[in-house]
Amino acid sequence: MTDSKYFTTTKKGEIFELKAELNSDKKEKKKEAVKKVIASMTVGKDVSALFPDVVNCMQTDNLELKKLVYLYLMNYAKSQPDMAIMAVNTFVKDCEDPNPLIRALAVRTMGCIRVDKITEYLCEPLRKCLKDEDPYVRKTAAVCVAKLHDINAQLVEDQGFLDTLKDLISDSNPMVVANAVAALSEIAESHPNSNLLDLNPQTINKLLTALNECTEWGQIFILDCLANYTPRDDRESQSICERVTPRLSHANSAVVLSAVKVLMKFMEMLPKDLDYYGTLLKKLAPPLVTLLSAEPELQYVALRNINLIVQRRPEILKHEMKVFFVKYNDPIYVKLEKLDIMIRLASQANIAQVLAELKEYATEVDVDFVRKAVRAIGRCAIKVEQSAERCVSTLLDLIQTKVNYVVQEAIVVIKDIFRKYPNKYESVIATLCENLDSLDEPEARAAMIWIVGEYAERIDNADELLESFLEGFHDESTQVQLQLLTAIVKLFLKKPTETQELVQQVLSLATQDSDNPDLRDRGYIYWRLLSTDPVAAKEVVLAEKPLISEETDLIEPTLLEELICHIGTLASVYHKPPSAFVEGSRGVQHKRLPGSAGSGESVESPDTGTAAAVASEAPPAVIPSQGDLLGDLLNLDLTPPTTTGPPPPSSGLQMGAMDLLGGGLDSLMGDESEPVITSRDRLGGDLGGSPAMGTGFGATPAAMPASFNAPVSSGLDDLFDLGGGVGMPMGAYSPPKTVWLPAMKGKGLEISGTFARRAGVIQIEMTLTNKAMSVMSDFAIQFNRNSFGLAPAGPLQVLTPLSPNQSIEVTLPLNTVGPVMKMDPLNNLQVAVKNNIDVFYFSCQYPISMLFVEDGKMERQVFLATWKDIPNENESQFQIKDCHLNSDAASNKLQGSNIFTIAKRTVDGQDMLYQSMKLTNGIWVLAELRVQAGNPNFTVSLKCRAPEVSQCVFQGYETVLKN
Amino acid sequence: MSASAIFVLDLKGKVLICRNYKGDVDMAEVDHFMPLLMQHEEEGLLCPVISHGNVHFMWIKHSNLYLVATTNKNSNASLVYSFLYKLVEVFTEYFKELEEESIQDNFVVVYELLDELMDFGFPQTTDSKILQEYITQEGAKLEVAKSKVPTTVTNAVSWRSEGIKYKKNEVFIDVIESINVLVNANGSVMSSDIVGSIKLKTMLSGMPELRLGLNDRVLFALSGRDKGKTVMMEDVKFHQCVRLSRFESDRTISFIPPDGESELMSYRINTHVKPLIWIESIIEKFSHSRVEIMVKAKGQFKKQSVANNVEVRVPVPSDADSPKFKTSTGNAKYVPEKNLVVWTIKSFPGGKEFLMRAHFGLPSVENDEAEGKPPITVKFEIPYFTVSGIQVRYMKIIEKSGYQALPWVRYITQSGDYQLRTNV
Repeated sequence: MTDSKYFTTTKKGEIFELKAELNSDKKEKKKEAVKKVIASMTVGKDVSALFPDVVNCMQTDNLELKKLVYLYLMNYAKSQPDMAIMAVNTFVKDCEDPNPLIRALAVRTMGCIRVDKITEYLCEPLRKCLKDEDPYVRKTAAVCVAKLHDINAQLVEDQGFLDTLKDLISDSNPMVVANAVAALSEIAESHPNSNLLDLNPQTINKLLTALNECTEWGQIFILDCLANYTPRDDRESQSICERVTPRLSHANSAVVLSAVKVLMKFMEMLPKDLDYYGTLLKKLAPPLVTLLSAEPELQYVALRNINLIVQRRPEILKHEMKVFFVKYNDPIYVKLEKLDIMIRLASQANIAQVLAELKEYATEVDVDFVRKAVRAIGRCAIKVEQSAERCVSTLLDLIQTKVNYVVQEAIVVIKDIFRKYPNKYESVIATLCENLDSLDEPEARAAMIWIVGEYAERIDNADELLESFLEGFHDESTQVQLQLLTAIVKLFLKKPTETQELVQQVLSLATQDSDNPDLRDRGYIYWRLLSTDPVAAKEVVLAEKPLISEETDLIEPTLLEELICHIGTLASVYHKPPSAFVEGSRGVQHKRLPGSAGSGESVESPDTGTAAAVASEAPPAVIPSQGDLLGDLLNLDLTPPTTTGPPPPSSGLQMGAMDLLGGGLDSLMGDESEPVITSRDRLGGDLGGSPAMGTGFGATPAAMPASFNAPVSSGLDDLFDLGGGVGMPMGAYSPPKTVWLPAMKGKGLEISGTFARRAGVIQIEMTLTNKAMSVMSDFAIQFNRNSFGLAPAGPLQVLTPLSPNQSIEVTLPLNTVGPVMKMDPLNNLQVAVKNNIDVFYFSCQYPISMLFVEDGKMERQVFLATWKDIPNENESQFQIKDCHLNSDAASNKLQGSNIFTIAKRTVDGQDMLYQSMKLTNGIWVLAELRVQAGNPNFTVSLKCRAPEVSQCVFQGYETVLKN
Repeated sequence: MSASAIFVLDLKGKVLICRNYKGDVDMAEVDHFMPLLMQHEEEGLLCPVISHGNVHFMWIKHSNLYLVATTNKNSNASLVYSFLYKLVEVFTEYFKELEEESIQDNFVVVYELLDELMDFGFPQTTDSKILQEYITQEGAKLEVAKSKVPTTVTNAVSWRSEGIKYKKNEVFIDVIESINVLVNANGSVMSSDIVGSIKLKTMLSGMPELRLGLNDRVLFALSGRDKGKTVMMEDVKFHQCVRLSRFESDRTISFIPPDGESELMSYRINTHVKPLIWIESIIEKFSHSRVEIMVKAKGQFKKQSVANNVEVRVPVPSDADSPKFKTSTGNAKYVPEKNLVVWTIKSFPGGKEFLMRAHFGLPSVENDEAEGKPPITVKFEIPYFTVSGIQVRYMKIIEKSGYQALPWVRYITQSGDYQLRTNV
C-alpha cells in the first residue's frame, strides 16, 4: 500500500469529510485524515480551513502524526497567526518531553513558524534546549537561534542567545559546534558590522579540532567560516593551512572547494620563498583536477572557480592542460568552460596539442561551441607568437569548409591577428575577400571592412569592395556603418585620386542621412579633418595602432581578489561580486585577500603580478568580449587635444556641421579650452568603430593633456569615467596613465604616466616609448619645486637603451622632502626628462589623494575638539554630483585612499560621515560627508587650518568616489 | 548560506513536493523555473544555475524529476549541488528508484526526510543508513526502541551504529580501476588516466578499527622501504570515515568502517596507460549511397588475461539503413535509436585481434541536418588484474572483543570514459 491513495479525492464536501475524520476518536483514522490533509496541501489545495482541527491532533504520542501536524503548522501558521497561538502550549510542552527526538522536533519546528506574535513565547523553551543534555537537541537549537534572529533580531540580542550560541563553539560535540558556526555565520552575514564571529587563535583552534570530527556538511560550515579569518602572521597562516590541507582528500567536492578557498586566501600571507609555499602550490593541483570527474553541475562550479584560480595563480595548473580537453558527451556548459581554461593555459609548450584539439572542436556541430573554438584559435595566435602561423593556416582551412558561421568567426579573429602582427599575414587577404558575400553578421562584416580599409593599398579593387557595402548603408548596423566610414576615409587617404566621389558619398550618408549621433559626429570630424588639413588627417587616421594585449577577458584584479574569497559560491560561478546580485548586501564589506593593501600587493609575485598589473593600469588593450555602443562613443573623442588654438574656419564644411562641432562637440568635451582634433597617436585606428579593433581606447581613456593647466572640467571627467570606471578597483585610487609628453614634442620620445600610492609609498609610474628612428639612452628625471616637496627618491632606472618602437615601464618612488613652492593649481608638477637627445619639459597633475598618509585616522575625541577649534571661516562646502554609492560603499572607497571615517550618524535618513585625512606635510583635513539615501548628490564640508588645500582635497574626494 | 527551499518537479515543471527552509524566497518563484530552463535550452545556453530577478535556481535532473534549490543569497553553490545529489542518493536508498511515482507513493517519508536532511538551509545528517534507524517507512511508533536518537546522529562516528552483530566476521574488498582514454582520429592518445575505487562490503560486529595497507609509493618512501612495485597515486579521496589528518601525516589509511557496502576511497593515477583495447577504424562514407565500416580491435594486455563482455560501439549516420555485418568473432547489432553498431565479444583474450565489417545504405536524399562526430566507445571488464599494479598488502581488523575476521580481495579493471575519435 502506498501513500498515493491519499491523493485520490472524494466527490462531496472533501473538507467537511476531513473535518469529521480529524475529530474522530480513533487514532488510526485521525492519522489517515492528517495524511490526506497533507496530501491535499502537497498538490496545492488550500486546506487552511482545517487549522483548528489539525492543531487538535498535535497532542499525540505518535511521532509520525506529530511530524505531519508540525508540517501543516509550518505551512499555514502565517495565514492564521491568531490560531497559531493555540500551538504554543504544545511546543512548550514538547520541548520538555523525555524523548530527545521530540524535543528537537519541537524546537526545530517552532523556529520555522514565522509568526511574530508567538516568537516571544518560544524564548524560554529555546533557552532550555540550547543547554539540553542531548547533543541532537543542542545542535537543533543552535540553528533555531538563527531562525529566530531572522524573524526578530532584537529579541535574540535582548535574550542573550547570541552569547549562548558563541559558547556552543566550545561544545564537546562536533555537530553542535558546526551548527553553531553555521548559525553565527548566517547571523553575521546580515549584520556585517557586528563582531559576532570574534575569531581569534583560540576559537580558530577549536574550529580546527572540530573540523576533523564533524560531518562533511559541518566541515563546509567550518571551512567557510575559517575563510573569513585573517591570520595574524605568516606562521599562523601556515599552521592553519597545514591543518586544512587534509580536507583536500575528502570525497565531497564541496568540502574540497571550501578547503581550496581557505588555502588560496591564506597562502597570500606566506612568503613566496618559503618551502611550504611551494609544497602547498603542488598540493592544490591534484584535487582541482579530480573535481573534473564529479557530476557535471559540480564540474561546472569547479571549472568556473578554476578559471579564477588560473588567473590568480597560473603556476598551479600550468601542466594540466590535458584534463581540460573536451569530451564528446560533456554538457555544453562544461565544454564552453573547459575551452576558456584551455585558452588561459595555452603556452608555447603545449600549443601544438591545443591547436589540434581546437581544430577538432571547430568541426563539431554545436554552433556556440564551434564559434568559441574558432575564436580560441585566434586567441592562441595572439598569445603564443610562435604558433601564429599555424593558427592562421588552421583558420584558412576552416574558412575553406564554407560553413557560414565558421567563416565569419574566423574573419573576426583574423582581423585581430592582423592587428597583432602587422605586415605578416596579408597574403591571406585574397582568400578572405572571396568570402565577402557570405558574411551576414555585423561583427564579421565590420571586421572584413576594417581589413579592406586597413590594407586598401594592397587590394586592387578595394574601392569596389567598399562601394558594394555602401549601397545598403542605412540597413547596416551602427558597428558596420562606423567601420565603413572609417575604412573609406582610410582608402581615400591612401588613394586620393580615384576615391574622391566615394568618400563624399559616405560622408554625406553619415552626416546628412543618418540620425545616429555617433555616426554623424564621426562623419563630421573626418569631414572637417579632410577639408582642413589632409596631412594632419593622414597622421591621425593612418596612425600606428597600439598593440593589442595577449590576455583576454581578464577579471579586474580587485574583483578577482574578492572572488577568490568567495570560491565555491554563486559569486564565483557568476564571476560577479555578491553585491551585484544579492539584495541588501550593499553595505556588506567587499572581501579582500589578506595582506593585500591596495592593488600594489600583487607586485610581490612576479607571475601574477604582471597579469594583475596589466589590468589594474588599464590594460593596453584587452579585447572586450562584446562591443557596445558606449565603447564606440568613447572611442571617438577621448584622445588628448595636444595643441590648442581656435579651429580654423573651413570653407568646405557646411554650416550644419560647423554648428554641431562648434556647439555640440565642444560642449560634449565640456570646456572652453578649444579641444581641437589635431591630436596624434591613437586616433587613427581608433576612429575605426568595431570595438575589438578599437581596443586601444578603453585602454587609456583618461588621456589628460599635459598642457592642460586648468582643471579638467567635470563633463570631460564624466566621460572618462565611463571608460575606465567599470569595475575600478577599490583601494587607493590611481588614475589611468595619460600621455604627458607626446612624441611630437619629445623628438620621438613619448611619455605617459600616472601616480599611485602603493603600500604607503608614492610612486610615479611611466611608460617611455621610443617612436623615433634611433636608440635612446641616458635617461634622467628632475622635478621643479612644487607645493608638497615631491621629489624622486632615486635616479630614474632605465637600464637598457630604448630601441625604436620599444616601450618600457618605469616606476619611481617619490619622497616629499624636496624644495617647496606653491603651485597653481596646487597639485601641479613640472617635470624635466633628459635623454641622449635632448631635455624635455612637461607638467602634469597628481591626484591629491596620493598624499593622504596611512595614519590619517584621528581619535574621535581629538576630531571633535579639532573640528570645534578650527574657525568657521575655514570651512568650505562642496557638492559632489551623480555619485551613486551608499554611505558604506563611499566610506569603504574613501578608506582605500586613506580618507578615514571616524564616526557615522544618521539623522532623518541622511547619513553623516565624519572623516579625517592627513597630508604628507602634516596638514590635517577634517570632513563631514552627507549622504542622503537615494540622492546621488553628496555634500562635503571640509575644515582645515590651511584652507587653501580644500579645493584640491575636494577634487580628490570627487575622483576617489567616482572611480 | 545554501538553499532557501528545495523543490522536486516533474518534467513539466509541476511541483511534486517542496520544502521551504528559510522563507526568504517566494515559493511561487519556482513557476519561472521551467519556462526559463526551456528558453535556455532552446538558445543552447543550458546552465546549472538559472536566475530570475534576484532569485537563483540551482538544479539537477534525475530520471523524470528536476531537483531544484532556490536562493537569493550568495550561496555556496558546490554545497547545494552536493546536497542535491545526496538527496538523490538518500531517496534512492529509501525507495530503490527515485522517480515521479516513488515521490508520490512515499510523500510522508519524503517530508520527514526533507525535515531531517536540512535545517534552515544547513544540511544535517545525510547518511541514509543512520537515517533509516529512526525514519522508517512504517511510521515510527513511540515504542521503546525508537524513542531515542541514535547516538550516531551526533557522534563523531556518525556513519556506524553500535551493537552490530555478525556470526561470521568478514570484509570484502573490491579494487576497481576504470581506464579513461581519449584517442584522436590520427591514433594519438590525447589523454589517459586511471580512476580507481576501493569498495568495501563490511560484515563485522561491534566497532572495529581497520587499517588498510596499499603498495603506495609515498608511504614506502616515507618508511624507507624499497622493494617491490609501488604505485604513485596522484590524488586520493576518502569516505568520511577515514582519518584524513592521519593519512596526511603518515599515509596510514585508518578508519571505523560503515556497515554494509560503501566506497572507502578513490584515487586518480595520471600515468600514461596503453589503451588496453586498441581500435583501428576505417569509416568511408559515400554520399547518397553507402557507408562502409571496418573496425579492428586488438587486446593490448597480458595473454593470460581475458576481457569480458567487450562492447565496441561505432557511430553511424542517423539516416543509414539496411545494415550488413561480418565479424571474425562475436556479434554485431545495429541499434538505430542510438545510431550505433554495437559489436559484442563475450570473451576477448589478451594479444588477440578481431575484425568487424559493416555496410549500410544511405538514402539518395541527404539529411541536411548537421550531425556531430560522436567517437567510438569501448566497454570491457578484465578480472583479476589492475592496470596500475595497485595491491592490497594487508587489512588489519581490530575489535575489542578480539574476534578473527577475514578480508577478501578482488581486482577488476574496466573501461571508464573510453573514446576514440573518428575521421567521419
